[in-house]
Amino acid sequence: MSDQDFPNGKKDARAAGLSRRSVLLGGTALTASLFAPSFGNAQSFPTAEINTTGLAVTDDTVTIGILHSITGTMAISETGSVQAEKLAIDQINAMGGILGRKIEYIQEDGASDWPTFAEKAKKLLVNDKVASVMGCWTSASRKAVLPVFEQYNGFLYYPTFYEGLEQSPNVIYTGQEATQQIIAGIDWVTKTKGAKSFYLLGSDYIWPRTSNKIARKHIEKLGLKVVGEEYYPLGHTQFNSVINKIRLKKPDVIYAIVVGGSNVAFYKQLKAAGIDMTKEKPLLLTISVTEDEIRGIGGENIEGAYACMKYFQSLQNDNNLAFVKAFKEMWGEDMVIGDVTQAAYLGPWLWKAAVEKAGSFDVDKVRAASPGIELTTAPEGYVKVHENHHLWSKTRVGRAKADGQYEVVFETADLVEPDPFPEGYQ
Amino acid sequence: MKPQSNRFMSMQEMVGFAILALLIFVIFPLILDPFRLNLFGKYLTYAFVALGLVLCWGAGGILSLGQGVFFGLGGYCMAMFLKLEASTPENTKIQSTPGIPDFMDWNQLTELPFWWQPFHSFTFTVIAVVLVPVIFAFIIGVAMFRRRVGGVYFAIITQAIAAIMTILIIGQQGYTGGVNGITDLRTLMGWDIRTDEAKNILYFVNGGLLFACLFAAQYIRRSKLGRILIAMRDQEDRVRFSGYDVADFKTFVFCAGAAFAAIGGAMFTLQVGFMSPSFVGIVPSIEMVIFCAVGGRLSILGAVYGALVVNWAKTTFSESFPELWLLGLGALFIAVVLAFPKGLAGLYDDFIAPRVKPLFDKLRSKSNSKDADFVGAPAE
Repeated sequence: MSDQDFPNGKKDARAAGLSRRSVLLGGTALTASLFAPSFGNAQSFPTAEINTTGLAVTDDTVTIGILHSITGTMAISETGSVQAEKLAIDQINAMGGILGRKIEYIQEDGASDWPTFAEKAKKLLVNDKVASVMGCWTSASRKAVLPVFEQYNGFLYYPTFYEGLEQSPNVIYTGQEATQQIIAGIDWVTKTKGAKSFYLLGSDYIWPRTSNKIARKHIEKLGLKVVGEEYYPLGHTQFNSVINKIRLKKPDVIYAIVVGGSNVAFYKQLKAAGIDMTKEKPLLLTISVTEDEIRGIGGENIEGAYACMKYFQSLQNDNNLAFVKAFKEMWGEDMVIGDVTQAAYLGPWLWKAAVEKAGSFDVDKVRAASPGIELTTAPEGYVKVHENHHLWSKTRVGRAKADGQYEVVFETADLVEPDPFPEGYQ
Repeated sequence: MKPQSNRFMSMQEMVGFAILALLIFVIFPLILDPFRLNLFGKYLTYAFVALGLVLCWGAGGILSLGQGVFFGLGGYCMAMFLKLEASTPENTKIQSTPGIPDFMDWNQLTELPFWWQPFHSFTFTVIAVVLVPVIFAFIIGVAMFRRRVGGVYFAIITQAIAAIMTILIIGQQGYTGGVNGITDLRTLMGWDIRTDEAKNILYFVNGGLLFACLFAAQYIRRSKLGRILIAMRDQEDRVRFSGYDVADFKTFVFCAGAAFAAIGGAMFTLQVGFMSPSFVGIVPSIEMVIFCAVGGRLSILGAVYGALVVNWAKTTFSESFPELWLLGLGALFIAVVLAFPKGLAGLYDDFIAPRVKPLFDKLRSKSNSKDADFVGAPAE
């Protein structure tokens, strides 16, 4: 590849990137016209030059992996991510693919089982030689595949908001690390709602515990009080004792990080105990309930609760309107899109941008190109990849409505810097 | 019934062992690439558990639905040693307390718990891998069998123990790694266990250990002890009235099964590179019983084939049909249980054995053996 080709190729790709929305809205005519110029692209990037490490790249295709649970307990959460990733891949292919190559994917099932994730990750990297992998959801599955990705120098796009404390050269974290989700939310609730006391509770594993640790440190830094902190095993369904304690301690805010199926029991029991969240006494702030979970909980059971995320389906911007429309066209009208689904959608796009910037599929070059990648077309708005492989993104607070959607009531003015190893919060 | 042969192995069994050895030590390494060979190594670690179940369930009539506990204990002991080795102060310098495993740091522990300390020693670890699960099995055995708890009740209690163990491990995440398990294991006494070469060596070590366990199981089956076990399975009261202490025999075989499972668990940790509570709970424990059932619960060699076939099918189905593979696997189990209740070994006994037996008999008469004619393994 000559030096002159490179900026040209990049420009083509950028022009294509800007017109993504028109592709979504405009249909096939535009697609065809976009496809034609990108053919020239493929010839200006000979396979031997853009793939020096033996990845699964041919003259007109590039293969990536999708690794999520589509069976087992996590399937209900991870399906949205798979759908978003497939949508992004389809859209990129409709634009002519990456460096003139169509993306093909090999999908593997992690089966909600961490060793299976490790086995399949290894299969994708060693046998299939995929150029990158979109995948994982729980921290446990990420921890299981991490050594595999580092050993075989794979490249993973991980979509879930998580506890931080990690920064692998082989992972791009497209979700928020804990401080991005927590600090702005607590600031908001103290400033606008005058909250002075907090009751922290969560499911018992690393993410809720680390998140509450950060929340507690921040609350205490602000000179406010934590009146209780409790954890329950995953799948726990009896929350009456903690609800009684909450009534006794009368905190201003219930800070809830309950995950998965336990959510259904928790919110129903809260309501049954007469705690009306729409009255906001106490106010409930969660970082673990997206639109996906509300489908299980039922909108009427959680109406009035606040959630702190970076994305809500109800965001009103052109990128998001197009994204929601395309998602529903592909997967059905009754689909809802949660925070993680959107973050998963960013994966293929961020990878595309990094590959085009690097002018190569080689993992080392893509890694070097990744920091500083910007995405102006993200449904959540503008995002940018930080040196530490996490995304700069906004923090938003939404108020749950009875129809299962969130009404956005607050967003940070600027992008929040990702800080996976927060000083003073450990 | 004709008198039984006291020989360690019949000719037919010897050929069976030889074929399995050929498969594991020659054919698999030749035809499989390093990735698949490592997977087969992983499958073979389950064969240890299935082998233990053949003794407990097939011979002793004790159905344990909690073998995952022993597999897990063995695996965790090994994982603790490897984790301590991986958590050198240099590797963990970004932590608030360098030198302790990363998950402890995340859970605000500031020093290594005392019961982790001995796992700095490899010798201690190797002993603990076998001894910890055996002691645990001994306690369960004594508590249950002395009170004459057996059959379905025993199965339910072992299942409950598996559930309790999972909750304990997940709940005490500062000490055990919680749901994530103990991950990112790198070296064994300075030897990088993640390379292809290391995985190959571990595969052969695993195969060697498996054969040691197979011989041990065969020895138990052939010994007087093995006969008493089978007698116990079929007519427990009669054995008791003959003056044998049934509980001791049951405890022994249960402990032996636990030891096998634990060795499998430790080899699993070494080959897969981590250990997590997902091998300890009820579902994996029941899966392990399925390996044994598919292979044939009466057959020592069947256990190995059962573990291999089921896991291989699991991998293949899930790679080819990621959305439907569980259904395929379910269909396989139903088919096996309906059509071949004695598993693969039963299939062999019904269809292949009658054809090859005359061959062996012919060989035998030529070699002029004075032994009494072999009538098949005891009570099979």
